[in-house]
Amino acid sequence: MNDGSMIRVDKLTKEYGGNLALDAVSFDVGKGEIVGLLGPNGAGKTTTLRILSCYLPATSGYASVAGHDVFSASEKVRKCIGYMPENNPLYPEMRVREYLQFRAKIKGLRGQNCDHRVNTVMEECGVADVHRKLIGHLSKGYRQRVGLADALVHEPDLIILDEPTQGLDPNQIRSVRELIKELGKAHTVLLSTHILSEVEMTCNRVLILHKGRILAADTPENLQAVMSDSSQVIAEIKAPLGRLRLELEDLPGVGYVDITASDGDYFRCSITPVGGADLREEVYRLARSEGWDLRELRRCRHSLEDIFIHITRRNGEEEE
Amino acid sequence: MAAFWALFRRELAGFFVSMTGYIIIAAVLFFLGFSFTELLESLNVEPTHVPVTELFYNTWYFWLIMLLSAPVITMRSFALEKSSGTYETLATAPVTEQQMVLAKFAGALVFFFVMWLPLAACVLLTRYYTNDPGGLTWGALLGTYVGIILIGGVFLSIGCLTSVLTRSQIVSAIVSFVLCCSLFVLGLRAVFDVGDTQLNAQLLSYISMVEHMQDFVRGVIDTRYVVLYLTLIVFLIFMTIKVLESRRWR
Repeated sequence: MNDGSMIRVDKLTKEYGGNLALDAVSFDVGKGEIVGLLGPNGAGKTTTLRILSCYLPATSGYASVAGHDVFSASEKVRKCIGYMPENNPLYPEMRVREYLQFRAKIKGLRGQNCDHRVNTVMEECGVADVHRKLIGHLSKGYRQRVGLADALVHEPDLIILDEPTQGLDPNQIRSVRELIKELGKAHTVLLSTHILSEVEMTCNRVLILHKGRILAADTPENLQAVMSDSSQVIAEIKAPLGRLRLELEDLPGVGYVDITASDGDYFRCSITPVGGADLREEVYRLARSEGWDLRELRRCRHSLEDIFIHITRRNGEEEE
Repeated sequence: MAAFWALFRRELAGFFVSMTGYIIIAAVLFFLGFSFTELLESLNVEPTHVPVTELFYNTWYFWLIMLLSAPVITMRSFALEKSSGTYETLATAPVTEQQMVLAKFAGALVFFFVMWLPLAACVLLTRYYTNDPGGLTWGALLGTYVGIILIGGVFLSIGCLTSVLTRSQIVSAIVSFVLCCSLFVLGLRAVFDVGDTQLNAQLLSYISMVEHMQDFVRGVIDTRYVVLYLTLIVFLIFMTIKVLESRRWR
């Protein structure tokens, strides 16, 4: 069972009073991966993470962490995960060090090792300077770090983070992301988010979850490659309109040309290829041979955002 | 075991790092003060042979404190953790439900005991100034505290159970208050003999906390009552653990 995969999920289903929150979801996460669970609100991200962290039982299906069944070997699973729930609940009346020491102790750390680990994670997560402060008095960014430190304190094999950057300002988001990337070097990380750029920046693999089902599971790069079949070339050219359209449409591999007026005498041409060809060279050669001025030439790389909208919308249409 | 101690310490510290603990203790002191002055006034009027502990018990402030404080102490134990979400971090840590419930109950019980300590001060003061060696025996004081801990333990375990069942502290407090009162009032019927049949009166007196406590404050520790209350506590704690565990498979 324990063949280099940290998480195994097989046909996991969860029903809440007749509502299907997860619909036969299956995926694997290997050791050392940083995997992002991406989806709109209500897609089933939190439910998946809660089942994996043994907080909720699944209605049917199988899930295991490090080879232990989350249902029958719950305590073993809980020993090897560090989980930070959504909104990162903490005890506001406790001090940072006190809280981390309490968490370390209930996670089975003892004596000197406990103190040592607490000091280490406080350094790692950058909360050492506020270790005497009450958690209730900390800013949201610091609280998030305390939550992360708690997830890390017992050196778990797997770290599960539910929306780790929710509600933070851009600077805090950046530092939390850096921290997650850093964690990914030594741990397996599974995180959920609805912010696409986050996955693009931090994860090696993305699982797109929508309405309780996994729609795509791949690296961010591969997902982009899939989409690049239809990636357009944008060019801004100064030329007579009629001739421009004629010449562009005559180029080999061009499927569809859309021309709109831009400022000056320029026209903005969106050229959609057939069969994934890269048309930039062709367009450049055409402009040079005709003596047209060319001031912009680029190929659209689809962002995860486009992919996400594309996939979820396509799925929505199928259902209708 | 170490996890239990960590949970227990946090639970107990929870009363004192937030205002809750101090407010409860202040309220108890207020009522105790009332009963203390009342007692001194009556002692000034006429002498009595009744032990000081029983005098305190007879002021009825005693039951007011018992019935009001237990729901307030236990309402936060699980309901607060659930509503603030910290229960999720607790339940996903490698601790068993048994450890959680026992730690919370033990924390509440120790706090309950601490809360009743001023009573000993009142009793000892009275003893000191009355100069009557018969007025207070150590046995009576011990019996009083055994009674307080046992009956308090029942009320607190009822409170733990209601706290596990809801996310709202208010709901937990109200429901456990009603349950504790019902149990108390049932026994009260035996004392006031409201025209029940002989059998009913007999049955009610078996569970009459008022009568049992009357014995305890005189320094009589009847094992029947001890067994009754211990069984009740164990049963209620067991129920609490099972309710909490049910979340893992429900």
